[in-house]
Amino acid sequence: MAQSEQELLEQLSERAYPHGFESDIEQEIIPKGLSEETIRFISQRKNEPEWLLQWRLKAYKHWLGLKEPKWPKLTYPPIDYQDISYYAAPKSAPVLNSLDELDPEIKSTYDRLGIPLEEQMMLAGVAVDAVLDSVSVVTTFKEKLAEKGVIFCSISEAVHLYPELVRAYLGTVVPFTDNFFAALNSAVFTDGSFVFIPPGVHCPMELSTYFRINARGTGQFERTLIVASEDSYVSYLEGCTAPKRDENQLHAAVVELVAMDRGEIKYSTVQNWYPGDKDGKGGIYNFVTKRGLCKGVSSKISWTQVETGSAITWKYPSVVLQGDDSRGAFYSVAMTTHLQQADTGTKMIHIGKNTQSRIVSKGISAGRSQNSYRGLVKIRKSAFKARNYSQCDSLLMGNRCGAHTFPYFEIHQPTAIVEHEATTSKIAEDILFYCTQRGLSRESAIAMIVNGYAREVLDHLPMEFAVEARKLLAISLEGSVG
Amino acid sequence: MLLEIENLRASIEGKEILKGINLNIPSGEVHAIMGPNGSGKSTLSSIIAGKDGYDISGSIRLDGQEILDWEPEIRSRAGIFLAFQYPVELPGVGLSSFLRACVNERRKYLGEPELDASAFLALMREKAAMVELSQELIRRPVNQGFSGGEKKRNEIFQMAMLEPRMAILDETDSGLDIDALRIVAEGVNKLRHAQRSMLVITHYQRLLEYIIPDRVHVLMDGAIVMSGDRTLALTLEEKGYDWIRAEQEVSS
Repeated sequence: MAQSEQELLEQLSERAYPHGFESDIEQEIIPKGLSEETIRFISQRKNEPEWLLQWRLKAYKHWLGLKEPKWPKLTYPPIDYQDISYYAAPKSAPVLNSLDELDPEIKSTYDRLGIPLEEQMMLAGVAVDAVLDSVSVVTTFKEKLAEKGVIFCSISEAVHLYPELVRAYLGTVVPFTDNFFAALNSAVFTDGSFVFIPPGVHCPMELSTYFRINARGTGQFERTLIVASEDSYVSYLEGCTAPKRDENQLHAAVVELVAMDRGEIKYSTVQNWYPGDKDGKGGIYNFVTKRGLCKGVSSKISWTQVETGSAITWKYPSVVLQGDDSRGAFYSVAMTTHLQQADTGTKMIHIGKNTQSRIVSKGISAGRSQNSYRGLVKIRKSAFKARNYSQCDSLLMGNRCGAHTFPYFEIHQPTAIVEHEATTSKIAEDILFYCTQRGLSRESAIAMIVNGYAREVLDHLPMEFAVEARKLLAISLEGSVG
Repeated sequence: MLLEIENLRASIEGKEILKGINLNIPSGEVHAIMGPNGSGKSTLSSIIAGKDGYDISGSIRLDGQEILDWEPEIRSRAGIFLAFQYPVELPGVGLSSFLRACVNERRKYLGEPELDASAFLALMREKAAMVELSQELIRRPVNQGFSGGEKKRNEIFQMAMLEPRMAILDETDSGLDIDALRIVAEGVNKLRHAQRSMLVITHYQRLLEYIIPDRVHVLMDGAIVMSGDRTLALTLEEKGYDWIRAEQEVSS
């Protein structure tokens, strides 16, 4: 009896985080610690050109003079940056010509994650780059993309194959001086994706990167760079999972987007890093800098994020609206349960004329979690007739969680129009009674109501990922509402 | 007997609202409950459907089974349906996906196979036509942006979809103009069935001109004080509730 109960409990906790397994893959992991030597090691391992090593070292020196930001509404014990291993890679060489060459164990890891690396991906029209710990393992459908001139590869590969492109854009949107975590990432980043869409090309499929932290005691520092040339379009999606561990693991990524004249980038994230257990033990510390530059006229960048994972989330995907008539958007659902903490939002920096931005943020807090929206709308003097609309909604479940909204506005142009709406609500008993009266359990009623609440954001995700995200929201809530 | 209510008492925050209700509804019959404001009509319908927050004693049996301990969703799946007086809005929750989940819960409970998307769609079209609910409304989120009349029609539509054993209509006529009232009443009449009973709660006799009840009960101050056939409704309309109060004083 006791044993079957135990089994049941284990099943339940497994269900609560279905990606919490660990794969037995032979790994090369360097000893913990961060120094110039570490950076030289990484750079050498990746056979990098001298300019990149020098850039890393400059970033590192800058980082040494920085302190972690203290302004977020987050509490966590100090991070020991010497207690992290900065490089972990599967031992079997990751240079592959086809899927058949992939280490079966890695392949099975991705299969268990439900990442369809197989032929059916072709039908779904998705190309996948998979980053395991520090190294990009495989990029599918390179050929099909190559026909259109689309470059989609790991950033390490891009450094070798397209050095002039990488060098032209790396660090131009998020310089290493930007913040503490961006500096750290610039010094030690190991892999990530690189996308280049040539002028006039509408990327024929969704591009997708799946990030997976597997190795123990490591950090993940990926760096992604996407450039959409004149009159091009790309939709890109990243998904993230990690094994269940008692320790906290650091994830400090940088994503840079550049859109030239009339170029458009849609960037979607479904972030489901391990959030820690119900008592707040373990979980990923997610400190991410994401920024897009609408460099050209009438360019467009939108960020859509569904954030359900991580013990701590610190993330403000932003758009710098430099080109006249450019548009930026941020659609976000951030759900926190148990003891998770999220401080997330966006920055919209209006520089060009007639620039427009839209912010839709939906926070969902349950358990004893803390969920903050923090957003800046800055309209420079040059941004004649700029417009912004912001909507920040918070949904509270139970009375032990917290929802906070920190909107900042800096308006230097009198012709600008800025609107901000905010609501805070609870799921009222009469709404739940209506649903249960129709035959739904309380739990599925709540899942349905939450999905309805988040719908405006989910509708911006590519179809197949929207379905995933809906399930994820429902699963994340299991056992966290009374 | 389809529904049996025996000595049902209910209070909220120490205030007694239902003071010993006895009511039996045989299968296939339509009963009406009339009564002045504050007599406990809506409380009675909420309690049959399983709303939380009351101190309750007595008994409610559905097909002979005691249901007072059952959660609202179990009562629903077993066949109790409440058409709400004030239907809530569910922002972003599509009516069709909502109803599909509800219908399949009921089917699972009854041991029937779940409906697939196309079978469900066909069923929805048929039932929507029955209550003259436009296809456009079906594609919207539940009750969001619906007019008062559309919300009430949507309640009857959901009733048609769920095919309950025991349907309770809580002041479904309130706020309806005469055309809307006719459409709702016609929908209800089409749903009358030998295996289905209904409890129509109303303030006015008007609705009962369209939905002809088998029995009429008068609820006053938390108790059923008089029962009769449909002529009782007409008498009430003519003489008002004060007439019953006077009758009661005479008899006591």
